[in-house]
Amino acid sequence: MLLIECPFCGPRAEVEFRCSGEGHIARPETPENISDEAWADYVYMRTNPKGLHFERWMHQHGCRRWFCVARDTVTHKIRAIYKLGEAKPALDEPKTEGEGA
Amino acid sequence: MQRNRLSEGGRIDRSRPLKFTFNGRPYEGFAGDTLASALLANDVRVVGRSFKYHRPRGIVAAGVEEPNALVQLGEGGFEEANARATQIELYDGLDADSVNCWPSPDLDFGAIVGRFSRLLPAGFYYKTFMWPPKLWMTYEHFIRRAAGLGKAPKAPDADAYDKRWAHCDVLVAGGGPAGLSAALAAGRAGARVILADEQAELGGALLNGHEEIDDRPGLDWVADTLDELRAMPEVRLLPRGTVASYYDHNFLAVYERLTDHLGPQADAGPGNPRGRLWKVRAKQVVLATGAHERPLVFADNDRPGIMLAGAVCAYLNRYGARPGQAGVVFTNNDSAYRTALDMAAAGIAVPAIVDLRPDPGGDAVQEVRERGIEILANHAVVSVAGAKGLRGIEVAPIDPSGKGLAGDPRRIACDHLAVSGGWNPAVHLFSQSRGKLDFDTDLNCFVPGQSFQAECSAGACNGTFGLAGCLAEGHAAGVSAAEATGLTGKPGKAASAADRPEGSIRHMPTVPGKHPVGRGKAKHFVDVQNDVTAADIALAVREGYRSVEHAKRYTTLGMGPDQGKIGGMTGFAALADSLGATMPEVGTTTFRPPYTPVPFGAIAGRDVGALADPARTTPMHGWHVSAGAVFDSAGQWLLPDHYPREGEDRRVAVRRECLAVRGGVGIRDGSTLGKIDIQGPDAVRMLDWVYTNAWGSLGVGRCRYGVMLGEDGMVMDDGVTARLGEDHYLMHTTTGNAAGAFWWMEEWLQNEWLDYKVWLTSVTEKWAVVNIAGPRARDLLAELTRDIDLSNDAFPHMSVRSGRVAEIPARVFRVSFTGELSYEINVAAGFGLALWNAVMLAGQRFGITPFGTEAVHVLRAEKGYLAAGQEIDGTVTPLDLGLDWAISKKKADFLGKRSLTRSAMVREDRKQLVGLLTKEPGIVLPEGAQIVGELRAAPPIPTIGHVTSSYYSPILGRSIALALVEGGRARIGETVSLPLRDRTVEAELTKPLFYDPEGERLHA
Ligand SMILES: [Zn+2]
Repeated sequence: MLLIECPFCGPRAEVEFRCSGEGHIARPETPENISDEAWADYVYMRTNPKGLHFERWMHQHGCRRWFCVARDTVTHKIRAIYKLGEAKPALDEPKTEGEGA
Repeated sequence: MQRNRLSEGGRIDRSRPLKFTFNGRPYEGFAGDTLASALLANDVRVVGRSFKYHRPRGIVAAGVEEPNALVQLGEGGFEEANARATQIELYDGLDADSVNCWPSPDLDFGAIVGRFSRLLPAGFYYKTFMWPPKLWMTYEHFIRRAAGLGKAPKAPDADAYDKRWAHCDVLVAGGGPAGLSAALAAGRAGARVILADEQAELGGALLNGHEEIDDRPGLDWVADTLDELRAMPEVRLLPRGTVASYYDHNFLAVYERLTDHLGPQADAGPGNPRGRLWKVRAKQVVLATGAHERPLVFADNDRPGIMLAGAVCAYLNRYGARPGQAGVVFTNNDSAYRTALDMAAAGIAVPAIVDLRPDPGGDAVQEVRERGIEILANHAVVSVAGAKGLRGIEVAPIDPSGKGLAGDPRRIACDHLAVSGGWNPAVHLFSQSRGKLDFDTDLNCFVPGQSFQAECSAGACNGTFGLAGCLAEGHAAGVSAAEATGLTGKPGKAASAADRPEGSIRHMPTVPGKHPVGRGKAKHFVDVQNDVTAADIALAVREGYRSVEHAKRYTTLGMGPDQGKIGGMTGFAALADSLGATMPEVGTTTFRPPYTPVPFGAIAGRDVGALADPARTTPMHGWHVSAGAVFDSAGQWLLPDHYPREGEDRRVAVRRECLAVRGGVGIRDGSTLGKIDIQGPDAVRMLDWVYTNAWGSLGVGRCRYGVMLGEDGMVMDDGVTARLGEDHYLMHTTTGNAAGAFWWMEEWLQNEWLDYKVWLTSVTEKWAVVNIAGPRARDLLAELTRDIDLSNDAFPHMSVRSGRVAEIPARVFRVSFTGELSYEINVAAGFGLALWNAVMLAGQRFGITPFGTEAVHVLRAEKGYLAAGQEIDGTVTPLDLGLDWAISKKKADFLGKRSLTRSAMVREDRKQLVGLLTKEPGIVLPEGAQIVGELRAAPPIPTIGHVTSSYYSPILGRSIALALVEGGRARIGETVSLPLRDRTVEAELTKPLFYDPEGERLHA
């Protein structure tokens, strides 16, 4: 179980949070002017990387606020935590360890 | 009589005899015994039958790794399957039976299987599945019965369990010399330490021998160390606490056994829990989990009486029990020479040590030589006699290649054989932490390599087997763990022990014998618990299995309760040998939590029974209970389904309730409906985003129906929102979607609409709601309120008024989910019951009738109103549901809008909401029934839709149904078929509205 540092409350156990999926997905400004494919890409398609992932979490059983987490999906290492509206931090991609299982 | 009990020595209390029963026979042991040591002391040699071949099996180990001595313990609510006899502390009255001994351990029907063992080769499960299915049914019955491990208890668990969170600077897993040293150093440095060890007594391997530390008995050092640790206020010792699981971010689960050593408790329950699951978040972890001895793979190496050499030491030194009268030691390394010395010291005849190595020569070897015990170097055990208990062995010299024999076998009489193939560091927790294993070719074992979490390994689990090294590494690990948490107290000096040089190890995946592996009658077991032989591994390789993960699954190597603690590495070595590969190339299978089984009860903790999922009840719940309501659940809410009167069944009661609402007035508890208070100048902006229709035009005191979509265009929720004031709205959601709708709006507000001035508050439980519905509803309300003008013009349908109802401050919404004139009276929750009682009293002269959720469903279906979870199932758009009228044509955008024009969403053949009237009006279709257009004689018959709601309508005197049907609106008037289990029903597609199509009753 992850230990997540809520920017508003401090470090708390993962059970207090809910992951809210990938972050930094901009809603198209003028949906009526884009293709079906472009809209479907916004609604359905997510990067699902092996490695560095930028995602949003919400402190459901705490302050109930959303914030951003940069997490390594292989090691679960949390690389950065930042508030909504802040820019994506510049982080190196982790080295691939060839880890399976 | 305890025939094999030593007259003195050990850590048992001979003044406290304990009676116990094993397989129905009475025995006696002593306090301090395990079930296994007591059985050994009583000369019980066969403790079970093997998994596949049902071969008689004896005790092999003294700890967690025991593969054979699995027992079914206790009965009723205290029954437990697959308990390891080596870990069961003996208590008076203990009653255990071998698992897997049908019909009895001595006369075993399953042993017949042994004669047909060709039928059970590697992959027998998979191969059996390929037999004709008809035969499989026969074989499965036989194999299941014969090959089970333990029986699942039938009664509910009588015990209660605790869960506890804990935080510490340093968690030490294992209380042997390394773990104790680490805990002491970290504790002295000022760290908050938790030290957990699976044993009742701390000391680890020191308990099994007579090693010295700081020039005095090792156990004196243990006692002093424990005294010092106990005196530290920030140190917690958890004996009988197994560190079972190592999860992410240094989160570990420790299962502490509280009462197992006392037996079933008369007062079992929350006041006297059986076990406690500790959820520990540790800044640093020191793993000091020790090592497990490897067996050697030789002909019939599974016979009762063949034990691990280290276990023999444990039984002799810790439990004062000897495995027999005459024993041989068979080894490939120095450690088992200590066993030979201990055996001789306990009065056991030791005719020989059989050593695979040509030139054994460490310290212990020298001592054995001095003692005059014969050492047969470069020899192997090539056969064993005694299926139900060892009677003797044959040994022979090995040829220089190590693959064959160099001389004739010679027989040695003995009743037990102590075996050592070297040691495997217990890297389970390290591996669970994601740590990478390295292969140490000198030690011939996997050792911890690169770490991924804040942990370090010390002592035997790190491949450091000597006592001096364990003490030094443990101390160093404690020091650096404390330092890593920023603590700077003085850790003191490491304890010291004599350094004893050891000779090297000679690794042989299988010991050479009279016949090559797989030939002859003898079996060479790599995994005794799962009955996997070296021949099985070789067969798997011949059949193309190369990956260790595949070979494991195919042969069942390392599965089952022990998870390969003995057999795993031995099997991987056999696999490497068959593949002609090295151990690092083969690798290991994944070590998964838990290290040893944790009771489900402990994982559930107190969240069982009524606490498994808390029930939410309304302020009027007590009234419903006394009125005899039958309850239904909506999420966690409990709501009256119907209120049966004397002699009524559900059908009759619901019919009566429906007709009362249509003909007079009914009363319903509507408190569970989701209520979200929305305030702020940007409330309308937000509503315009989350609902499909426009909200700017809604006047104060008016209500509007809204449909909420996901960005995928699918309907998430619907409900009525009222404008209470200039910047103040109250949104109603469906009962089950209250949390989801709140989440959805919060997500957008916090993530995207950061500049909106709008605040949401969940007020569902703040308000009690009494709904009165029916043509007499206005007359009834008029009896209860003086300050609200109830006339149709002053208080029309879809509006809200404030005032006093039964002298209680109230908001009254004129909204309807039944199609009747209907008011929902909202009062502060604390007034709910008072209001309900007042309405009931005033309603008497109108024949007021309480109605439940089932009647509501019938009434709303008559009107074609939608229900979440039935029509709204996450796959329908508002267009599918015929809600075009609720979609604003003027708004530039709202959530989900763009999806409604995607090509897939505008297809004519999407499933659309329609009504369904059966040709025979008495037939009520089952919900979920599939609808076909053209009924064909044989499958496949394409389905065109399904029934979403179906009821008998009392007011119409016939059945009605709602359905989602492909292109349904264009098919209205057509006849479709519904093939049911017992008959096929014909029905006509209609508009989804069966009663009062003009809505006159609503507006009456
Ligand atoms: Zn928070």
